[in-house]
Amino acid sequence: MLRPRIIPCLLVRDKGLVKTVRFAGARYIGDPINAVRIFNEKEVDEIMVLDIDATAERREPDFGMIENLAQECRMPLCFGGGVKTSAQIQKIIQMGVEKVALSSAAVENPELIGEAAERVGNQSIVVVLDVRARPRERDYEVWIKNGTTPTGRSPLEMARRMEKHGAGEIVINAIDRDGVMGGYDLDLVRQIRGEIGLPLTVLGGAGSLDDIGRLIGEFGAIGAAAGSLFVYKGAYKAVLINYPNRSEKRRLIGDGYGGPGPAPAAEERG
Amino acid sequence: MIAIVNYGLGNVKAFANVYSKSNIAFVLAREAAELRAAEKIILPGVGAFDQAMLRLEQSGMKETLDELVLGRGIPVLGVCVGMQMLARSSEEGRRPGLGWIEGEVKRFTPAGPRDPMRVPHMGWNTIRPLRPSPLLAGLDQDASFYFLHSYYFKSPRPEDILAVSDYYGEFACAMNSRNVYGVQFHPEKSHQWGIRLLRNFAGI
Repeated sequence: MLRPRIIPCLLVRDKGLVKTVRFAGARYIGDPINAVRIFNEKEVDEIMVLDIDATAERREPDFGMIENLAQECRMPLCFGGGVKTSAQIQKIIQMGVEKVALSSAAVENPELIGEAAERVGNQSIVVVLDVRARPRERDYEVWIKNGTTPTGRSPLEMARRMEKHGAGEIVINAIDRDGVMGGYDLDLVRQIRGEIGLPLTVLGGAGSLDDIGRLIGEFGAIGAAAGSLFVYKGAYKAVLINYPNRSEKRRLIGDGYGGPGPAPAAEERG
Repeated sequence: MIAIVNYGLGNVKAFANVYSKSNIAFVLAREAAELRAAEKIILPGVGAFDQAMLRLEQSGMKETLDELVLGRGIPVLGVCVGMQMLARSSEEGRRPGLGWIEGEVKRFTPAGPRDPMRVPHMGWNTIRPLRPSPLLAGLDQDASFYFLHSYYFKSPRPEDILAVSDYYGEFACAMNSRNVYGVQFHPEKSHQWGIRLLRNFAGI
């Protein structure tokens, strides 16, 4: 049985690991490669690394850093940030990255998705939709360029369009919940989950393992991504890389959980 | 000596890391001459079927691989698209596959818009061996592997199917015919279960 994925999402700026709140106030956390090494030991399901400045600064992806990450990751890696062409996507995949995340580039030029899928396959093209709530209209809007530019489009409309163009996964990133640690926006997920035929990953808001448990409890085999939850510990947000261990995961996921992690017999003997 | 075929597609470094840590000798083979000392061969692969076949043909290693695998019986392990390349053809492309195992590669197709099946099949799943094999030795029923694919291997010969996984029905996730092995999942990204499988392959 396919299990839900619990995914640390790391943000990178100037080659350093940072964490934001509502896409602002980036705080330096440490070195991304070190973080990856710790997540290796914790046997995470998957990891997502996003360069948050590349597109806004109109930079190329940092291929040197990507190659280092790919070589270090013992888990599947999704990289995003500044990727604009199918040649760049192919280059990143050839470095040993499993998936490439597109955001602004896919929204502005959806044909890119199909072009890239022809080279690397649909399964490796992820579209991240950064979403803000519109309280007065009681709906949501997709923003691009690291949350600086509104598109006037709803996340569902945009997700359907991305699926039609050949995306392999949609990541819904709730800007208002970023770094707030008050729980996922489940209403937002409900609007999209049943409407698309792609794997869906949710980012923004997880403040505890219970938040992840609620997401999985309602939606089953979904991607639960989080930043703050896996890099901070405690009320004062001390930097401490963490991730649920095998028994915590089993509690979150239920009986469908079968690994990775040490063999259960060995663990339960101790 | 394990030769990891480095034709520009797939995470050869991830395989190299596993074998380095296990003190198992390997070479990243970029050209036919570097395959000559191979006692085992790993054929990685990510991406689209035609791209992968094209790159392999352009690498100049395809004929040598045919000779080593079919002529000399060297054990080979195809991974992900590398497993799909073992088939005769794929719905994903027009190029012929290697044809080392009977079968064709088909796309997962949900029944309709309300079908809960999502494509690609993405994430961690368990496998169910159908017969004993040294490749899967020591992997208990908890063993999970990372999958990332929209296409699957369809075999006309049940005896070639080593293990199946369940994704809205069972599909072949590990194949074996004579010296040819294939796994649809990514052992190089599947933590200790994958390390065990790759060590098993080294010992075949």
